[in-house]
Amino acid sequence: MTTTMPAPETTVTPPVPRRRLIRFGGVQLMHLYTWLIIGWLILPILVMILFGFNNPSGRYNQTWQGFTLKWYGQLFALEDLTSALILSLVIAIAASVISAALGTGIGYALGRHRFRGAGGMNLIMFATMSSPELVMGASLLTLFVSLGVGLGPLTITIAHVMFSISFVATVVRARVLTLDRSLEEAAADLGANAWTTFWKVTFPIILPAVFSGFMLAFALSVDDFVVTNFTAGTSVTFPLWIWGATRVGLPPQVNVMGTLIFAAGVLIAVLTSIRSRPRRQTG
Amino acid sequence: MGRVRRALAPYLLVLPGGLWLLMFFAVPMATMLSLSLQEGDIVNGYVFTGHWQTYVEAISDYQTQLIRSLVYGAVATIILIVLAFPAAYWIAFYGGRRKATYLFLLLLPFFVSFVLRTISWRLILTDDGFLLRPLKEIGLLADGFHILGTPVAVIGGLVYNFLPFMVLPIYVALERIDPRVVEAARDLYASPITAFRRVILPLALPGVFAGVLMTFIPVSSDYVNSEVLGSSETTMIGQVIQSQYLSSSNYPTASALSFTLMAVLLIGVFSYARALGTEDVMKVAAR
Amino acid sequence: MFPTDKPDPSVLRGMTQRRFGRRDALRLGGMSAMGAFLAACGVQGQGKPQASVAPDAVAKFWGGKAKNGKLNFANWPLYMDPKKPELKKFTEKTGIQVNYDEVIEEMGPWFAKVQPQLSAGQSIGFDLMVITNSIQFGQFRDAGFLAPLDHSKLPNYVANAAKSYAQSSYDLGNVFSIPWASGITGIAYDPDKIKRPITKLADLWDPEFKGKVGMFRDLQELGNFGLLAAGLKPAESGEAEWRKAAAKLREQKDADIVRQYYDQSYVDALGKGEVWITQAWSGDIFQKNVSDGTNFKFVIPEEGGTIWTDNMTIPITAENPVDAITAMDFFYEVENAATLAEYINYVCPVPAAQAAMRKHAAALSGEDKEYLESVASSELVFPGESDYAKLHYYVDFNTAEEQQDFTKIFDPIVLG
Repeated sequence: MTTTMPAPETTVTPPVPRRRLIRFGGVQLMHLYTWLIIGWLILPILVMILFGFNNPSGRYNQTWQGFTLKWYGQLFALEDLTSALILSLVIAIAASVISAALGTGIGYALGRHRFRGAGGMNLIMFATMSSPELVMGASLLTLFVSLGVGLGPLTITIAHVMFSISFVATVVRARVLTLDRSLEEAAADLGANAWTTFWKVTFPIILPAVFSGFMLAFALSVDDFVVTNFTAGTSVTFPLWIWGATRVGLPPQVNVMGTLIFAAGVLIAVLTSIRSRPRRQTG
Repeated sequence: MGRVRRALAPYLLVLPGGLWLLMFFAVPMATMLSLSLQEGDIVNGYVFTGHWQTYVEAISDYQTQLIRSLVYGAVATIILIVLAFPAAYWIAFYGGRRKATYLFLLLLPFFVSFVLRTISWRLILTDDGFLLRPLKEIGLLADGFHILGTPVAVIGGLVYNFLPFMVLPIYVALERIDPRVVEAARDLYASPITAFRRVILPLALPGVFAGVLMTFIPVSSDYVNSEVLGSSETTMIGQVIQSQYLSSSNYPTASALSFTLMAVLLIGVFSYARALGTEDVMKVAAR
Repeated sequence: MFPTDKPDPSVLRGMTQRRFGRRDALRLGGMSAMGAFLAACGVQGQGKPQASVAPDAVAKFWGGKAKNGKLNFANWPLYMDPKKPELKKFTEKTGIQVNYDEVIEEMGPWFAKVQPQLSAGQSIGFDLMVITNSIQFGQFRDAGFLAPLDHSKLPNYVANAAKSYAQSSYDLGNVFSIPWASGITGIAYDPDKIKRPITKLADLWDPEFKGKVGMFRDLQELGNFGLLAAGLKPAESGEAEWRKAAAKLREQKDADIVRQYYDQSYVDALGKGEVWITQAWSGDIFQKNVSDGTNFKFVIPEEGGTIWTDNMTIPITAENPVDAITAMDFFYEVENAATLAEYINYVCPVPAAQAAMRKHAAALSGEDKEYLESVASSELVFPGESDYAKLHYYVDFNTAEEQQDFTKIFDPIVLG
């Protein structure tokens, strides 16, 4: 499997003379080891991509039976799968927009103000981030059932916002804490009121953090299975559809969609990092 | 006027999100606690009776799965530390200008759905699949040999899915170490092992702790890996809870088990924190 | 379809049984203030207990309901030709557009999934669902989640259905349901891996197949096989027998013979070679062989198998109930029942379909003709009296407590 990967870098420039650092079983060995780990992490992804090109005769896409591109042509042939994907995207957009807005409020307040209740806020955020997903999903189910609320896209969105807020808030708070307050003071000195200062000075500075929080929330929502399973009722999102389909054989379209999502995600990540690189070097 | 507004500002900012968390995190937990003390059935409804015996029954019925989950969680976490440390170490100290690239490669699995990744492992490890079939053909393995359905497959899947969560925090901790500190230790004639043990390891510990915090709880309460890669021999408590809620519709038992699981995990994590004995650790973890 | 002279004992019991009553669990004495708070956020009853159907229930439900031209149909996988010829025909004939989803894979999860919506009085997104006569059928029925059927809208059913179905204990008189198909639970195996013929339940306990045996996760399926393997009759069983059956199953599990307790995914596991021999539903194995060219065998064990019925029902919150009942009746036209059974190979509730199938066969030639003739004379599609002698109905429960006991006894085996 390792042969399909790019050749490892043979020359690296350590930050300090190599002799000086601690040899721990040999640097080359660790280098090789790191690549083995990366290979292991990528192996199932390669298998997923590969089986999107498989040409199975029956319903079961489990043994290699020949190369075909037809599944890329019939990507949207399975209506249920397509609508599950659309539902996932719609929920993810709604959940990430709401949690970005609410999380930014919390993150900004915690980073900028000292106020009574900040400790409690930190605690509840920590709790939502470290509680088992299973328990959060199950407790939401008990709440909705107690209130007599039917389950569906709305309850899924509520749940996704719930577990995403804290992540957005954490990212935003970290950025606000590093904020140079003199910029805001300068704006105030120049006669801007608090509102104008926030929108013209502070917000543009924390915007990248808000955006990271938004992306994080989006990723968490689109991929969520456990909490969604408890709050979905008969609604089917992309991960739920895959889960259900495994029992009767996963159609190759799932592999194709997985491959395309993977490619899109990697592309966005690479583009974002290239765009942000020059700025980082000057800073 | 302005001062009042300034004083109110943080509350107004926190309010919407805080209410959301209160309504959909704290209140559900209270509902679940209440439900665990109720009796009845799904058709006729549940009535609060303070029936705490549900806890006793649930724990005695499913102690095997509860203990198994904690053992799997602990074993997987230890394997995670052992696997992650060298990779994080190498990237932090020898990654050079390509550090970001290596980290990105380690994060690649996150661009594929969690469920899909796990199912992909199932395809790789399947009894007559492309990995095991050839070995069986040449007689290296018995025809009935299988990995799927064993604890090896389940723990392997857990380690696979959570590895990045262990590598990243350890990497962050190691990356912060000033190489000059290590140099100083060597200048003072510390052997490589001693320098590692006395200088690097203590400084890396907060990273390891954060890693444990990010992995032990989700790993122990996971049910996807055991469901996809395991068998009835590997049933974890998460599967029991899931099935009590979403198959047997036995809400009180399911709620009691959820609470027990959460309590056990939190106790586990906090006693681990105390064993390490520093408040700093908690702070790092919280960050 | 069940050609019995004497009424089945379970049928008799069904007619005399006491319906589940609301539990007198209002023991609130000695509650603390905290208790009172917690009680306040408790769960309301998830439905009204159904003493019996009110005489005007049918009129009340169907009054003012009209055809909407669309139908959302929830069914199990492997229950219709993937090309859906019957549904196409249905749409041509009635103009009703059908959205057919294979979303039901196990009864427990299905009930849990739709229960919150149904008790909130909201649509579950389906107007027609096929559910087994399992524990959950009783839950659906007793919670008032099923619409009472207007038999005047089911002329084909009245004319063509096997009469014995109206005597089933889970729905006496077909008040809430009419059968989609019945099926037989037996043993399937892969003759490439297992060289000797499989004939009996004891083969599922054979240590030779250690780690290669599949059992069902559904407690009725599992429990009944445990009973039969222990030489007990499901119809006459009570708690003591259930415990014996559980011990038998426990023995099989502790010897590591069972690979996994499966839902619908057992077909996949058999196909992958994960199991060599497994509990199986008759028609699935036919379809697997047809669609994937496999050569799996299905047998009804000597000690007996179980027979169950999957039923078409209309959820009480259905948005298009008239379209749903139209579809229900459509599947009782002899021709449609015949083509459906030809493909799915499950027990057909329309006896006249056998003759129709023979006629189809006569019009064909060669292999196709042979295949259809074999289906028409298959004991798995049109069982004879001698076959029924080997088949058992699911364990019947008289009270909710009994059913909970049953669940408690067998649940720990599956959740191991």
